[in-house]
Amino acid sequence: MEVLKIATAGSVDDGKSTLIGRILYDTQSLTTDKLEAIEEKSKANGFDYLDFSLATDGLIAEREQGITIDVAHIYFSSKTKSYIVADTPGHIEYTRNMVTGASTSQASIILVDARKGVIEQTYRHFFINNLLRVKDIIVAVNKMDLVDFSASVYEEIKDDFQKMIAESDYKEQNITFIPVSALLGDNVVTPSENMPWYEGNTILDHLENLEAQDVYEQSQMRFPVQMVIRPKKTDFHDFRGYAGKIYGDDLEVGDEVTILPSLTNSRIKEIYFFDQKFDKAGRGSSCTITLEDDINISRGDMIVKNAERPHIGKQLEAKVCWMDTKELQAGTQYFLQSGSNRILAKIKEVSGVIHTDFSGEDVTAHSLKLNEVGKVNILMSRPLAYDSYTQNRISGSFILIDAHTNTTAGVGFIE
Amino acid sequence: MIETIETNTVLNQTTRLAINPLESEAIYIFREVVAQFEKPVLLFSGGKDSITLVRLAQKAFYPGKIPFPLLHVDTGHNFPETIAFRDKLVKELGVELIVRYVQDSIDQGKVIEEKGKYASRNSLQTTTLLDALEEFKFDAAIGGARRDEEKARAKERIFSVRDDFGQWDEKNQRPELFDHLNGRISLGQNVRVFPISNWTELDVWSYIAKEKIEIPSIYFAHKRETFIRDGMIWSSAEVVYREEDEVVEERLVRFRTVGDMSCTAAVLSDATTLEKVVDEIRASTISERGARIDDKRSEAAMEKRKQQGYF
Repeated sequence: MEVLKIATAGSVDDGKSTLIGRILYDTQSLTTDKLEAIEEKSKANGFDYLDFSLATDGLIAEREQGITIDVAHIYFSSKTKSYIVADTPGHIEYTRNMVTGASTSQASIILVDARKGVIEQTYRHFFINNLLRVKDIIVAVNKMDLVDFSASVYEEIKDDFQKMIAESDYKEQNITFIPVSALLGDNVVTPSENMPWYEGNTILDHLENLEAQDVYEQSQMRFPVQMVIRPKKTDFHDFRGYAGKIYGDDLEVGDEVTILPSLTNSRIKEIYFFDQKFDKAGRGSSCTITLEDDINISRGDMIVKNAERPHIGKQLEAKVCWMDTKELQAGTQYFLQSGSNRILAKIKEVSGVIHTDFSGEDVTAHSLKLNEVGKVNILMSRPLAYDSYTQNRISGSFILIDAHTNTTAGVGFIE
Repeated sequence: MIETIETNTVLNQTTRLAINPLESEAIYIFREVVAQFEKPVLLFSGGKDSITLVRLAQKAFYPGKIPFPLLHVDTGHNFPETIAFRDKLVKELGVELIVRYVQDSIDQGKVIEEKGKYASRNSLQTTTLLDALEEFKFDAAIGGARRDEEKARAKERIFSVRDDFGQWDEKNQRPELFDHLNGRISLGQNVRVFPISNWTELDVWSYIAKEKIEIPSIYFAHKRETFIRDGMIWSSAEVVYREEDEVVEERLVRFRTVGDMSCTAAVLSDATTLEKVVDEIRASTISERGARIDDKRSEAAMEKRKQQGYF
């Protein structure tokens, strides 16, 4: 069965958790014991309806404050697909969590409160989905029950959103608008009787029609070596296998390959998966390969096809989303990690902060604060094989690790 | 649920590897652990999730051996079937097994045995676990927790950093982006690693069925001496406290999750094969953790235990 990964962005005020709870409820994914717990808690809180947000807000602090703080992962399945939902908080101080959730998602649901329309937060959600190149966007105009299920309110919001789309630089996105009432269930799983004027799909029907794809899209083949397997057993005496995951495209026995950054050439001899050998393996497979020639290869090296070399260099430019309370400043050192490769790096320059409402950038800013996105120039102590993010997601992105606290301080999208 | 996207087809004599995205992700994580940490260990309970982990580890490092030992924290309340199964598996694989006992922690006065009707050693094992991690200087402990199990676990990372006291700081977790797993830790910290984070209960069962993985007999329907308390089916055993008016009866049951006898309830079932178990799970309206007496203590039972270093 296909696995579809979706992210949701929005605050509890938009009814995001209610929407997810509603999907779980209407697809019969909430088990009796969980449902009973929700009924009990809703009653105790004095609600006369079921508060589905209780199904997703898992931390004590979240339930106390009635907001989502951290990314929660929610699982449900339909007849045709398994779904993994990264439920992310919508408040500005949790931008980093939104980026995290969207980084592994193929589709994104952006919630808009029908009473409020397109607000600053909507801009930010859409901006992040653009930055990450999330392919399928569903704009759920929620709380239609509170605006008398008015078609004109919905159309107005749609128009406002279209204006925002015009500002974005990523045009290959599929954007779908759906008017819903998460509380009452209209157009979530069942078509709305209150909005006969809407002729499109419900949210679930729309998701069912999407073709589930790995977020690491079709592109040039990249094989970052995770580790070298040398069993030194009698029956595998000279075995030297390179373990890793294939990204981008197929890998086949006999393929002419180049090993980076050393630029040595060889050919694929065998592709192992557990105790079986295969002639071909597709992107997404975690396998072990052997090469025709004895070459010195170690973790962090990358194997690519001869004719498809990425950039190799000690300097790169990237858009960085900052995730640490300690500001990102020029002159400071971080570890840059891209896949299995970790290199000591120095921030050469922060050349501007990009406004998340599509209003341009502040070129006078020379540091990045928590939750800001900016343009950064980085110098590395060793050459890195990399692509632009729009070409290849795995080799076009990286994280920055604070050398003192070891925390993941930021994420970069290579230009 | 797991089914292969493409089958291993022979087309023009070309064999193509089938992709199972969840299996592939788990293998990737196992390799990152071994590459990034000095001394990993696999926490093995004898339950279906940790058995699945062992199979994935075999696949990740073939033709090499599993490059880390297994650690079992024995509460003394285990099902005897689980222990027998554990010993057999370890022998077959030729991996090292370390066992540490909750009873020792009790004897050393580090923890105090709970008393009364709902007494369980489940939360006591945290101390034994943390002591074992420190004793062997393990810097990464691989576990079979899944995000679909429980709402606090739904917030868990794949590489989850713990401090000197084994504590989970749930409000200050590292963001995890793409496949870039950050395993850098400071002295004294360690990491809990969850390779099957994104699997559901049904995924695990489907995988066990597809791979024909052997599991302990208590997962299949069998006759057992049991009694009913709070609507749940408890095993009658020496380690399980029972009130006089709680009547023991033989019932046809199986277990969906295997923890201690004193905190795991059985379900009525006639599923004697893996296929029947998978069908039963698919049709079930009760969550797996619904049979965990330890989770019923309060709404935030799991989060509180995790903050203290529970796995």
